[in-house]
Amino acid sequence: MSAEQALQYCLAGVTVGSIYAIVAIGFNIIYNTTGIINFAQGEFVVLGAMTAISLHTVTPLPLAVAGAVAITAAAGGLIGAGLTRAVKRPTVLRLIIVTIGLSIVLRAAVLHIWDEKVRALPFFTGTEVSSVGFFGARITPQALWVLGICAVTVAGLTLFFRHTLTGRAMRACAANRTAAGLCGIPVGRMVTLSFTLSAAIGALAGCAISPVTQTQYDMGAPLAIKGFTVAILGGMGNSLAAVAAGLLLGVLESFSICIFPLAYQHAVSIAVLLAVLVFRPSGLFGSRDVSALKEH
Amino acid sequence: MEGRRYIPIVLLLLAAVGVQLTLSACDAAYYLTQLTMSLYYAIVAVGLSLLMGYAGQVSLGHAGFFAIGGYTAAVLATRNLAVEPGAMARALGAMGLLLQREDLYGQTIVYLSPWVSLAAAILLTSAVACVIGVPVIRLKGHYLAMATLGFGLIVYYTVLGAPGLGEADGFSDVPGFRLAGPLEVNGRSAFRVQNFYIACVLAAGVMALGGNLVRSRMGRALRAVHEGEEAAQSLGIHVARAKFGVFLLSALIAAVAGFFLTHYNGGIGPSEATALKSVRYLAIVAVGGMANLWGTLIMGVGLNFLSLRGAFGSFDDAVFGVILIAVMVLAPEGVFRRLPWPFRRKGGDDAAAA
Repeated sequence: MSAEQALQYCLAGVTVGSIYAIVAIGFNIIYNTTGIINFAQGEFVVLGAMTAISLHTVTPLPLAVAGAVAITAAAGGLIGAGLTRAVKRPTVLRLIIVTIGLSIVLRAAVLHIWDEKVRALPFFTGTEVSSVGFFGARITPQALWVLGICAVTVAGLTLFFRHTLTGRAMRACAANRTAAGLCGIPVGRMVTLSFTLSAAIGALAGCAISPVTQTQYDMGAPLAIKGFTVAILGGMGNSLAAVAAGLLLGVLESFSICIFPLAYQHAVSIAVLLAVLVFRPSGLFGSRDVSALKEH
Repeated sequence: MEGRRYIPIVLLLLAAVGVQLTLSACDAAYYLTQLTMSLYYAIVAVGLSLLMGYAGQVSLGHAGFFAIGGYTAAVLATRNLAVEPGAMARALGAMGLLLQREDLYGQTIVYLSPWVSLAAAILLTSAVACVIGVPVIRLKGHYLAMATLGFGLIVYYTVLGAPGLGEADGFSDVPGFRLAGPLEVNGRSAFRVQNFYIACVLAAGVMALGGNLVRSRMGRALRAVHEGEEAAQSLGIHVARAKFGVFLLSALIAAVAGFFLTHYNGGIGPSEATALKSVRYLAIVAVGGMANLWGTLIMGVGLNFLSLRGAFGSFDDAVFGVILIAVMVLAPEGVFRRLPWPFRRKGGDDAAAA
């Protein structure tokens, strides 16, 4: 493999990897405030992209993307609000089962509202052919958009969680829900907010990647499991590490097609997931002691 | 009253006779075909109920084990050993373990006896369950769910991508499985009635096995693990061994059901290995009442029968998603809260359903 070719694989991996990172951050936001892994996380991505594609037939692209993010966020908020209120005596097993059910229902809804056709948003700027040179490899304008959106999302969330009162309140829920409630933080509202936020960034990721990978109703499950792999790889709850892990997994997956047939591309990521779960459940960057404390 | 526990099993078989006679009398014997298939799917759910309801461990990979059983049956029954027979094939032939049939074009196909491939399916499933189960069963809650989902997806992508496994088409010319004398697992209409009974007897066997397991020392250990692993451990229960044991048993039940159904259907495709199928088994266990083998069997047969009859139309998958949510929100203990006496569980394990 020539150096240019390797670089090209790298760039492709980094592009997809940043989407995995955003999905992983979506997992983290909800996990931090509720302790739930939301199995329907991948469906937010698909829902966002599909909504934007439909809105784009009547409105200009920026408006369509904004609308899609808003609609998906509202749906996410509703789900979050309903989920925690409807399930009595919520145990981990019950909440897992409910979010699995949700993912199936959302997927069926997408299939019935749209159909099984593969769709795509147009490039945000430029076209497929207007790629720019990068040390001998080519990078499309959309890949730059994806990277930019990933960077802005991560920076924005970091600022939000560190420097705003709401962000701090959400982190307080993560640290200790009972104590947060005693301090007067409306824990229920924070849960709703975490689902809203998580759905919004999922939808944004869906819109950004749609021109590159295209969108189909059944993309949610593989995206969710890869996002989860990245979240675990980075250490559950750690968003900056999730970016590093996302890029790593994206590049790994991209290079795997040199060795394995394309059909096994998903299987490679899942093998990584199994390996991490078994050997380093605290993630590449996490410490075992911290995650052992978090279990309780 | 030791024999009393088998009363439900006898009732199940009597109900089967009643259903068969009614359907045959009403000239609607074709329903038996879908009932037979539903029974095999329900058997998988009963096995999953042992793991999920009693031991409290989620598995989203049971379609994977079902597919391992089914694909073993399909691969070994369709490989023609008459073409370049190796030393192995000749040795098997000398032991009388090879069978012959003619395909559509009159060509003679020599293939391995399904009894041997059943043994192979059991061995292969045990091996896979060990490799996957030993490390994975230590995981808890979300992690276990994701890991088993990952395992199921790997099986799916493997059967979808491997040329030797029929890729997207799967297998379609799997012969019947002659059990003894005229008894044969075969989907042709001449075999319809006896196959309904074969599936019923297999289901009854699994119910008896499950029922006895639940009442045994092992079953009590599993419920203790469900209530609290630390507490169970302090009582001297080997938690990891108990969890792995029931994981292996439930994987084997799924594989055997897959093996029989593949011979019955005459084929298998990758759709049997999808995550959606695993979720379906999960939904059936949940609506059956988690730690309730009879509830699971009844819901398993009922829902799969409706699904196979096309009652849910294009909402086939969505129905099972809605069931999952509705059960968890409205009736976390399942819909069979109070069963008539022969099916009722001996008191005290209601808490296990939580």
